[in-house]
Amino acid sequence: MQVTRDFSHYVKDLGAGLSHIDLAVEGVSCAGCMAKIERGLSALPDVTLARVNLTDRRIALEWKQGSLDPARFIDRLSELGYKAYPFETASAEATEVAESRFLLRCLGVAAFATMNVMMLSIPVWSGNVSDMLPEQRDFFHWLSALIALPAVAYAGQPFFRSAWRALRSGNVNMDVPICIGVILALGMSVVETFHHAEHAYFDAAIMLLTFLLVGRYLDQNMRRRTRAVAGNLAALKAETATKFVGTDEISEVPVAAIRAGDLVLLRPGERCAVDGVVIEGRSELDQSLITGETLYVPAKPGTAIYAGSLNVSGALRVKVSAAAEGTLLAEITRLLDNALQARSRYMRLADRASRLYAPVVHATAALTVLGWVLAGASWHDAIVTGIAVLIITCPCALGLAIPTVQTVAAGAMFKSGVLLNAGDAIERLAEAEHVIFDKTGTLTLPELEVVNAADIPAEMFALAGRLALSSHHPVAAAVAQAANAKSPLMGAVEEPGQGVRATVDGVEFRLGRPAFCGADVLAAQTGGIDPEASIVAFSRGDENFLLSVRQGLRPDAADIVAGLKRRGIAVEILSGDREAAVQAAAQALGVSEWRAGVTPADKIARIETLKTQGIKVMMVGDGMNDAPSLAAAHVSMSPISAAHLSQATADLVFLGRPLAPVLSATDYARKALRLMRQNLWLAVGYNALAVPLAIGGVVTPLIAAAAMSGSSILVMLNALRARRVAEEQA
Amino acid sequence: MEVMIILVPLALALGLAGLLAFLWSLKSGQYDDLEGAAWRAIADDDEPQPVVRAERPPSA
Repeated sequence: MQVTRDFSHYVKDLGAGLSHIDLAVEGVSCAGCMAKIERGLSALPDVTLARVNLTDRRIALEWKQGSLDPARFIDRLSELGYKAYPFETASAEATEVAESRFLLRCLGVAAFATMNVMMLSIPVWSGNVSDMLPEQRDFFHWLSALIALPAVAYAGQPFFRSAWRALRSGNVNMDVPICIGVILALGMSVVETFHHAEHAYFDAAIMLLTFLLVGRYLDQNMRRRTRAVAGNLAALKAETATKFVGTDEISEVPVAAIRAGDLVLLRPGERCAVDGVVIEGRSELDQSLITGETLYVPAKPGTAIYAGSLNVSGALRVKVSAAAEGTLLAEITRLLDNALQARSRYMRLADRASRLYAPVVHATAALTVLGWVLAGASWHDAIVTGIAVLIITCPCALGLAIPTVQTVAAGAMFKSGVLLNAGDAIERLAEAEHVIFDKTGTLTLPELEVVNAADIPAEMFALAGRLALSSHHPVAAAVAQAANAKSPLMGAVEEPGQGVRATVDGVEFRLGRPAFCGADVLAAQTGGIDPEASIVAFSRGDENFLLSVRQGLRPDAADIVAGLKRRGIAVEILSGDREAAVQAAAQALGVSEWRAGVTPADKIARIETLKTQGIKVMMVGDGMNDAPSLAAAHVSMSPISAAHLSQATADLVFLGRPLAPVLSATDYARKALRLMRQNLWLAVGYNALAVPLAIGGVVTPLIAAAAMSGSSILVMLNALRARRVAEEQA
Repeated sequence: MEVMIILVPLALALGLAGLLAFLWSLKSGQYDDLEGAAWRAIADDDEPQPVVRAERPPSA
């Protein structure tokens, strides 16, 4: 059977005989890499463009259509020492990029307008105390209006839209008081200018928008960057499927190009990347990524197979039922829908603050107007003073208080290997007081490892590793990796479902089931000690050894569990796996609360129980069976190796082998929430100072502008502290 | 104060030119890779000269 790689799915036709492809690439970190890659690729004939994007770790390539195969680029890059894979922009990321550009454009317009209006305002402010003709002042005010009005109409769009959305659904968010303040300030200024008045607030209104857009843009940019990294990680997994293009002809194609109804080949040791039904062949499946169960499940024609299952022994022919992120167990989908609905009811800190804030501010302004009228002032003066109150209280600092902290904290988490999926995840994570861990793939590593390598003579272990290279069985792969084996033994024969054997210098070596190696007796003596492990035997002639292979705990799992407990967070394990296996893990980690054999519905039930007791639950899990509970929990986390669905559902995703990101993310989140609250209080404190001045009617545009920028800068500086958390002994 | 008739439009026109330049640079993708751009500025554009040439003087 002929295997070819087919990347045509990713190639874009630019017209004029040019093709384009985007590659995600690993390990590019400096200018040297950039130059090396660009030169290396440009040297290929027919390549017209090779440009590295160092921020997103991607390469854009264009070449003349014809003889050049895109697979050649991947090969060239691996010659240069970089792993790369074609990449397709997910629609979510495209939206983030567009939004980020729009905000930057708004920010540019607002900043331009602010600078020019300020240029006009400063002469007016200084002219008011020296000598400026009223005609000149009016002229400058009209010019300010000319600049500020169109600029606000354009650059204010993000706020107007968001406020309108909130109002239409009967809510109040931070953008509502912002919009009211800005519109009233501009309206009053136009009327005042018309009446040749002394004060106009064009500068304050436009400056407010500029400051807020800075916060908004930083926030958006962080989110865009996280998405880009997540997109790269997904691309670099390079999920391919072996598709039958003829009765006997197969082709290696990216999963994105697989359609329902296609036939794919699943060889032993391969992880299935699609959902489907087995139509030919017999094997065993490791479904631990889906159900958490570490015992193998038999597969025969008619068995449903889900993306993420690992094929253990025989080759299978699978008919795809739905492509990539398609169907699932109906039960999981239903539970997930319910849980997601419940989650959307969470109200962000910013919205809670503005729900308190807006009525208070608007009431104060109304009372100011009434008070001045009662005190005998004219309606005109009273309204001008009332609007000055609104301008001075306009939540500039309040609008920056939360996004800036979020941006800084998200950046710090990003560096420690945690990606944020949800914008409000930080606040929810900071509130978590009870962690539920899934066991398989979360507390343990997804790969298998040999536990007792030290008990076996090194020479024997090396031989076992070399023999293991001849088998596709995942357990054998783990043995080969542990022994760091490079060259397979010559003449090794694999007996499906039994093991491998080879004869070297007249001595027979066997690796496989204990019975296959004649190690029954030995296995019976030692068996049952470690319920989670698979036992493989290795024999040389009459000598027998037993290897215990299992999913090991993450190296720092025990420390992290202890660290969480020290922070007053309760730890619990809920697993779909067998009781003995879960008990062993719980004991090793010192977790007293654990349950085994739990179904997805049971997990949700447990979370609901805790919720009714008022406990905020964090769920950490990776399996497809965890997805509903990840959505049901107050906040959730997944390792990057998790099933697609779980990763998409989790609020945070962590990278790498250690469990440490769970703890550091919690620390960062707690610090961030503290700073957000602090910032809100700073904003309130500033208002407490400024509002009496405004009510007294002594606020000039100069005071308004100074107070506003002062408080914004203070809040931003305070937010920078979220970068660091106090070093605590983990 | 007649000078204002020239200076004020001039100031606005300059500001506007700056804004248009910014919008153009945004549109042409100059903010897509800020990290890379920083490194590109200090990278040598031309092919690295073979070191051999420097070691062996042409007079030999």
